[in-house]
Amino acid sequence: MNWRRAALAAAAAAPVIALLAWGMTRDPKEIVSPLPGRNAPEFALGVFAPGEPPLARKVGDTIALASMRGKIVVFNFWASWCLECRVEHKDLSFVAQQNASKSVQFVGVLYNDVPSAGLEWIGKMGGQAYPSVLDQGARTAIDYGLYGVPETFVIDAAGRVAYKHTGPIPAALLQAKIDSLLAAPAVQSPAVQSPASR
Amino acid sequence: MTRLLAVDALWFGLIVCAIGGIIAPIGIGRGKQRDAWIAVAQGAVYANFALITVAAGAMMWALARHDFSISYVAQVGSRATPMFYTVISLWGALEGSILFWAWVLALYSVGVVWLNRKRPGLLVPYASAALLAIALFFHVLLVGPANPFHLVSPVPLDGPGPNPLLQNHILMAVHPPLLYLGYVGMSVPFAFAVGAVLSGEITNADWMRLTRRWTLTAWAFLSAAIIAGMWWSYEVLGWGGYWAWDPVENASFIPWLTATAYLHSVMVQERRDMLRLWNLNLVVGTFVLTILGTFLTRSGIISSVHAFTQGTIGYYFLAFIAIVLVGALAMVAGNSDKLRAPGKLDAALSRETVFLLNNLLLTVFMFTVLIGTLFPLVAEAVRGVKVSVGEPFYNRMTLPVMVALLFLMGVGPALPWKRGNMDDLKRKMLPGLIVAAMVATIVVGVGAKSVYAVLAFSFVGFAGTMNVMEFVIGARARVSAHAERFGTALLRLVAGNRRRYGGYIAHMGIFVAATGIAASSTFRSEGEATLKPGQSMVVGKTTARLKDVWGREEKQRSVIGATVELVRDGAVYASLTPRMNFYPTSQQPIPTPDVRSTPFGDTYMNLMSFQQDGSSATIKVILEPLVPWIWMGGGIIVLGALVSAWPVRKLA
Repeated sequence: MNWRRAALAAAAAAPVIALLAWGMTRDPKEIVSPLPGRNAPEFALGVFAPGEPPLARKVGDTIALASMRGKIVVFNFWASWCLECRVEHKDLSFVAQQNASKSVQFVGVLYNDVPSAGLEWIGKMGGQAYPSVLDQGARTAIDYGLYGVPETFVIDAAGRVAYKHTGPIPAALLQAKIDSLLAAPAVQSPAVQSPASR
Repeated sequence: MTRLLAVDALWFGLIVCAIGGIIAPIGIGRGKQRDAWIAVAQGAVYANFALITVAAGAMMWALARHDFSISYVAQVGSRATPMFYTVISLWGALEGSILFWAWVLALYSVGVVWLNRKRPGLLVPYASAALLAIALFFHVLLVGPANPFHLVSPVPLDGPGPNPLLQNHILMAVHPPLLYLGYVGMSVPFAFAVGAVLSGEITNADWMRLTRRWTLTAWAFLSAAIIAGMWWSYEVLGWGGYWAWDPVENASFIPWLTATAYLHSVMVQERRDMLRLWNLNLVVGTFVLTILGTFLTRSGIISSVHAFTQGTIGYYFLAFIAIVLVGALAMVAGNSDKLRAPGKLDAALSRETVFLLNNLLLTVFMFTVLIGTLFPLVAEAVRGVKVSVGEPFYNRMTLPVMVALLFLMGVGPALPWKRGNMDDLKRKMLPGLIVAAMVATIVVGVGAKSVYAVLAFSFVGFAGTMNVMEFVIGARARVSAHAERFGTALLRLVAGNRRRYGGYIAHMGIFVAATGIAASSTFRSEGEATLKPGQSMVVGKTTARLKDVWGREEKQRSVIGATVELVRDGAVYASLTPRMNFYPTSQQPIPTPDVRSTPFGDTYMNLMSFQQDGSSATIKVILEPLVPWIWMGGGIIVLGALVSAWPVRKLA
């Protein structure tokens, strides 16, 4: 055994191990969305699930982003086949009701699903406080760069994406986002995006 | 009950591995009561196998019985999932896959000890200890961060089921076990290398002979696993391809390249007593690369479709890699003086030279893929940017190497060992070169534009002819020498030198697969259209007509599908149903393409999107010539390896 040579060879492994160890501190899945701070992609989608008063809209009505300037819009993508959507469902309806009197509009978007399954799901989950729309051909989902469901976009009164959340959104977090936008309407600089919680 | 039994088995296994893998080799090394310590090491191999079998069996039992009090079952089980997919989800998630890994390793270890039970010397005892030391690491994972037997309380009534991608296709039953058999099998040659160094047998050629067959076996499994993985990805992922240079595909391919290099260079060592140190490097390197590959997929440090859930397990793997890498490098470098091979290259024109070139190319190939895989990490570390290395890099860097390898596969068999003769070589290569020229003309004639495609086809023609000629020349010689019929002569030829002709058969498998890959990537055509029921689209000479869009609720998922008919001259000759499967646990629908396969090629169809009222669907149609040849080639490669590796039966 040539110990000198053995030690030299072993030392050569150090940079590789260091690189791998450093890699452990990174999350390759953390891809920052470019949307926060920019204008939210426009949409005009038909209502298929009316929601409950006072937030209800008629089935067949079109909800367009352009017509909601001046309001804070909470835009939530969901599907009946999505398990994590069940986790956030109650929170979303709760926050929607809490803010019913304020200038906040909640819109659910059904993603890659059929309306009948969506309606059945809403029934099973004990209702949805706000209306949900259909995204034919998933075009709006593509515009918003959807990675999966659920994802929630909070759009400020000026029509800019203020915050994007991946995965189930907790009620407290959503309320805090809404409160900060209500406190500093329209003219504020874009909110800093917090890392995706996945 | 099941849980306690399994956990106890794992803890006992840990103790057994520690005794057999760490204490026993020290005992053997000291020499006092050496035979007793040898018995301890080998007994530990059997005991560990029994214990891990109990644990793995308990897990399958728990899965089958939907025992949701066990954490792994609660994580991957579901009453709605078909029983078959429930049981095979043993390897469907992180903890179960580690358990399965440990079980395969124990199985191999028993094979090593049992098959070499009469072999004198310390090589096998030390190798058993090395295998147990590796097993010890997996036991540490199993009782620590990857323990699948945690108690869940309160017991859930149902679970979410396995990862949707893993319950969507029957190949999930085939690809992972093959991969583990291949991957874990590479531990055996490494263990022999450790045994050879510790026992001092490293200077004696015999350990290489032992190692070769085990490597060949693992290599055959790994080859089959890679092809099965390609097939699975083709059938399930819905993009119509079979290879994407995804980090995890690379992780399985990198050790395959070094193992392939070894299977060739070991012949040079046996015949000419050269490359001793190089071969040791390849054996050790292959094992290190399997562990690195496992780390990459289990730690989540590189983004990949295959990534397992993350946790602390990455740090354990990192520590293990550090130990193995440092130990292996020190072992090889420290013993390099003893491995100076006496053999010398006699002439540039010889089979040895071709093998050396083959090894050079395979090594370059390996480093290219390795660098491409690790580059995103390096780029982020050095420049702080996220980059991804994709197909263009790999194609540009590896296609020249691939065509050069194909060419060499034709030259090698035509050259004799030691010293060749240029005139003989020219005469032997002539038919191959004629075929190559013909193939090139035809391929250019049908419209191939890429240089590499033309080269690939014509080199396959060349090398294929050269390998077939080896059979023909050999069989003809027998026909005239023994007055046998050609068929008999061919069979006896192969039987008489199975190692050599098994190798040629494996080559043929590579040629068949290479033809499929070259054809499907060169002559692929595709089209995408949004159709209303009754409307048609045309891709190449295929007309596809959408019949209807439908939805269906199944026990564990909901399904949206499109029925698409293939029409010729107004008559429907086939009907395909590409689907999207929606699983509650998935954030994305799982595309489920439908493929119509013929020996000449596939019609691949995918449902891209659908209108929620069923009024239209977007369909993608891909025509891919000769894709089934890839799977066929895989079968031939494995056949070749079997012919080559099957033990010689001693005549009674």
